[in-house]
Order: sequence, then C-alpha cells, then structure tokens
Amino acid sequence: MAAAGAIPVIRVRGLVNRFGAQVVHDGLDMEVRENEIFGIVGGSGTGKSVLLHTILGLRAPDAGTIEMYGRDVQRLAAADRSALVQSYGVTFQNGALISSLTVAQNIQLPLREYHRASEKTLDELAELNLDLVGLDRDAGAKYPSQLSGGMVKRAALARALCLEPKLLFLDEPTAGLDPISAAAFDQLLLYLHSQLRLTVVMITHDLDTLFRTCERVGVIVDRRMICGTLDELLQNRNPWIHDYFHGPRARAADKDAHG
Amino acid sequence: MSPSINVLALEGAGTDWRLHLNGDWSLAAIAHIEPQLEDLPATLRGTLVCDWSRAQSPGIGPAWALLMRLAECGDPHLQVSHTGDPPHFLELLQRLKAERHAAALVPAEAPILERSVESLGRWAVRQGTEAGGVIEFFGRIVSVLGQSLARPRALRISSLARHIYETGVTAIPIVSLIAFLISVIVAYLGAQQLNKFGADIFVVDLVTIAVLREMGVLLTAIIVAGRSGSAFAAEIGVMQLNEETDALRAMGMNPIELLVVPRTLALVIALPSLTVIADAMGLAGGGLLSLVNLHIPLPQFVSRLRESLSPTTFWSGLIKAPVFAVLIAMVGTYRGMQVRDSARELGRLTTMAVVQSIFLVILADALFAVLFVQIDF
Repeated sequence: MAAAGAIPVIRVRGLVNRFGAQVVHDGLDMEVRENEIFGIVGGSGTGKSVLLHTILGLRAPDAGTIEMYGRDVQRLAAADRSALVQSYGVTFQNGALISSLTVAQNIQLPLREYHRASEKTLDELAELNLDLVGLDRDAGAKYPSQLSGGMVKRAALARALCLEPKLLFLDEPTAGLDPISAAAFDQLLLYLHSQLRLTVVMITHDLDTLFRTCERVGVIVDRRMICGTLDELLQNRNPWIHDYFHGPRARAADKDAHG
Repeated sequence: MSPSINVLALEGAGTDWRLHLNGDWSLAAIAHIEPQLEDLPATLRGTLVCDWSRAQSPGIGPAWALLMRLAECGDPHLQVSHTGDPPHFLELLQRLKAERHAAALVPAEAPILERSVESLGRWAVRQGTEAGGVIEFFGRIVSVLGQSLARPRALRISSLARHIYETGVTAIPIVSLIAFLISVIVAYLGAQQLNKFGADIFVVDLVTIAVLREMGVLLTAIIVAGRSGSAFAAEIGVMQLNEETDALRAMGMNPIELLVVPRTLALVIALPSLTVIADAMGLAGGGLLSLVNLHIPLPQFVSRLRESLSPTTFWSGLIKAPVFAVLIAMVGTYRGMQVRDSARELGRLTTMAVVQSIFLVILADALFAVLFVQIDF
C-alpha cells in the first residue's frame, strides 16, 4: 500500500459509465501513485479508453469521483481546470497530431497557447522535445502524414511532453509498431520515466511492454478494476486474468522480460 | 512572481564568472527569463559557474534555453559547470546538447526570383496534370457507366435511391422557397419599370420567360452545388483519409462505380426534377405578386402566360439541368477523390468543389445562352 499520508496522483472511486443500457464501468476503483508506471489492461470493449477519457474529463461519468492530486476534477473552477490540464500530457491511440501542422508546430502548439516565448526559443524547445523522444531534427519540418507509425507515436509523445508534465497518459503507445520499434519505445519510456521523474498511466495490449515497464497493473474485468503488481496478478484466480497472464503470449513475454 | 526580480545575476571578471539563477525558473516564467538570457554579454570566456541554489521550481524549457544561450555567447571553450543542487534533468539536457547537431527545423528558402520562377513552373505543370486528371476521371466515369448499362446490377439501385433522396427530396423546401422569393423580386422590379409605360401585363411575360429559361434551373443548380457538391467532396474526402477507398480497391471494387457513378446518376435525376419544382414555385410567386401588387386576376395571369410561352421556353431551361448535374457531381466527387493526408486538404478541396462547380454551371449557362440564340431555340 502507499505510504501513509501520501496522496495518490489519481484516485478513482465508484466510477460508473453507461452507454444507454450497456454498463461499461460499475463501481470501478483505481489508484495511481506518484512516480510509478501504471498499466491498464482489459479485453476489447471493456472500456479502457472510456476510463481514460473519463479521467481526462473528456467524458462526464454517470457516477463516482475522480481525484487528481487530491482534488475532485469534476468540481474544479475553470482556471484550476486549465492549470490541471497543463500539468499532464496525453497521447492518443493514433497520435492525434494536427494534420495541417508540421511536427515542430504540433509540439509548439501548447507552448504558444500557454506561454509567451520568442520564435527562437520555441524552435529550441521543439528541438529539445524531438531530442527527448529520439526523433531526428529533420522530422520537425515534416507533416504527420509523412511519418511512419513509430515516428507518429514519438512525435505525439514529444507534444505530450512539451509542457513539462509530471503525469503522462498513454493510450496504446506501442499498438501497431513492429517489435523492434515497440521495444525501443519501451526503453524510451523507462528512460524518460527515470530521467524526468514522471508518473505514467498507460493503456496497453502489449504484454511485452507491460512486463518490461509497468510496476503495477489494473485489469478491468466484470466492469471493475483489479489492481496489483504483476506478481500479484500472476497469482490471481479470476479466469480472465489467469488466461490473460498465462496465455502462450504472456509466458513468452514474461520469460523475455525476466530472463 | 513580480517581474522586477532579475532571474539572472552575473558576477566576476576576466576568465572567472559566476551566474546566479534567482526566482521563478519554471516554464511559466519563460517570457520573463528569455529577454534576460538575451542580455548575457557575448564576451564570456574562461570558466562559468551556474548557481541553482536560489532558482525556484526550475523547468526543463528554461534550463534548455540557458544551455543554448551559454553555448552561443562567449567563446566555444567556455567551461560551464553547475552547483547549488541543479535540477535532476540537467544531466540529461547536457547530454542531449552534446549530441546536438545542427539541422534546420524549416527547409531553407531559395531567393525570391528563383522561388517565383519555380512556383510558376510548378503551377503550370500542376495545371497540366490537373487537366489530364479531369479528362481521365471523366473517361473513367463514362466507361464505368457503359459497363454498368450492360450489367444493371452494377448500377446499385439502393445507393442511387439514397442519393436521390439526399440530393433531391431533402432539397425541395429550400429550392421552392428561393425560387418563389426570387421570382417575386423579379416580378416586383419588372412591375415598377413596366408601370411607367402602362405595360403592367408584360410582367407576366417577364416572369415566365426569366423563370422558365434561366432562373429556375440556374438557382436550383447553384443551391444543389452548395448542398450536394460540398457533401460529395467531404464524404469521399473523409473516406480517402480513412483509407476506405483503398480498402474498396483492395477488395476488387471500383470506387468510381461504387461512389462516383451513383452520385452522378442521382444528381442527373434529382436536378431536373428540382428544376420543375422551382419553375412551378417561380410561376406561383409571379402570379401571387401580380395578383396582390398589380391586381391582375389569376385567370388573366394564366391566359397571358399561355400566350407568352413558346413551345421551347420550358424545355430550353430544363434541358440544361442534366448538364449542370453532371458538372456538379463530377467536380464534387473528383475533388473528394483528390483529398490526401490532412484535414486541411479536405477543407480546401471541399471549398474548391463548391466554387468550381458554381463557376462551371454559370459558364455552361452562358454557353447555352449563346447556343440557343444561334439556333433560335
């Protein structure tokens, strides 16, 4: 358990999400602690992205509370809300880079919105963020449609990092990447996590990523979340969790990550 | 943070310098930090110690800007070190800076003369390929149409019905309203002028000929170009962005047959039908104004209308409708098929579809007018 008194970065309590008659989440609890990499897994259609959207305030939940840094995000005043939004970075499943802007302009977009800086400094910061995610400088002048899938994921990460967040949300960061690019992304994530002291919340289907990077994992089963370390979840007797972590792919990934 | 605080304090002389970083050094303060960095003297040499002990919540961006500026000002052999609990990410930034190689974020621009010659050349080539593309597109539509006449299943009746409904039936209210109002305006203006000669009754001729020959079909075509031309371009454009058209091709289906031909045929059916409705509403508008404003009773209006009509008046308007329909559908779908890569392209090409189809409709109308005068239609 978290050290007494330490406020979790994110605390979700009793979350309910419904689409018409279909209940996606029913009393879901989740807690993310400072400076950890927290993985969210679940079968297709169990509402992983819905959960992320709800935490980010892109969707109002039907019931339940969401706290970030101990504050209820649904009750924030507009100014506090804006400050909160600036304190985290998000990457979406398909990158969601603005297609009419170059990569550098995409990175500079939030900087221009929230801060006043000269063009020179903005260019330097764009370069810095490209460097941070391991993209070539030339990539900055390209449009998203000219990038490969792996580069789009990195560029999206660069944009998410540009406001220097302490908290990072990643929606399937390695989906659609070849194993080498995905492994490189895992490395990058671990590196940034240690160097920039980030808290990371990551939705992933990629078992390799999960075993390599995540300290704790939340599994969405039966419309609720079961959280624990990987070792705890490996022992879990829930049939879905058991199948998930003991399927042929999981065994290979586990062997890979832990020798 | 009051902006009066100096975030930088430089002390020392000769080859021994010390730089104190004070106050707010977070990203939020970058607007304030930046000008002071610019003011650092360009004459620094020897050693420089940056003291971070009084910097509050240092951010990555400002730290990076500091490193960049120190690398620029002073001589290349300036030894920079950091004390006073520098932020944890500083090491990372220094490493990145060491690996830094010069590369422009924006491609260098050629001088203006070269650039203008180049852009003129590119424009000419683009126009050439564009013209070729349009001709090819038209050819494909015709060939697919030819094939589907032999194979009626390829005509996709359900898709055709949907497009007739969307482009035709749902346009009836707006087309009717506009035709009605415009003919009221024409009749009103005509009445004012003809009244001077005591020739009120000729308002009927004016309205009849204007509406049936020109206004009905032209207004309908312009409304349909705005409604359906843009819809065609946007619909097909989004399918392009989603790789849906590629998927169709990969499954061995022809996007022209599936997307373009039904829309074109639908418009060829819908636009003439709408024109008939617009004609009727226009005559009704003229009749109403004549009754209310000029006190011409309806039976008199109708009999005058009969006299003013020549057998070709109605058909000379209606015959243009299918031609306009083909122009609108082709421009809309062609521009939609051209969408690549970005949301901005989609907007640009949708706009272009509407503007060009309206232009082509008016141009074609002018050509028809000349033709009809020549053959006395």
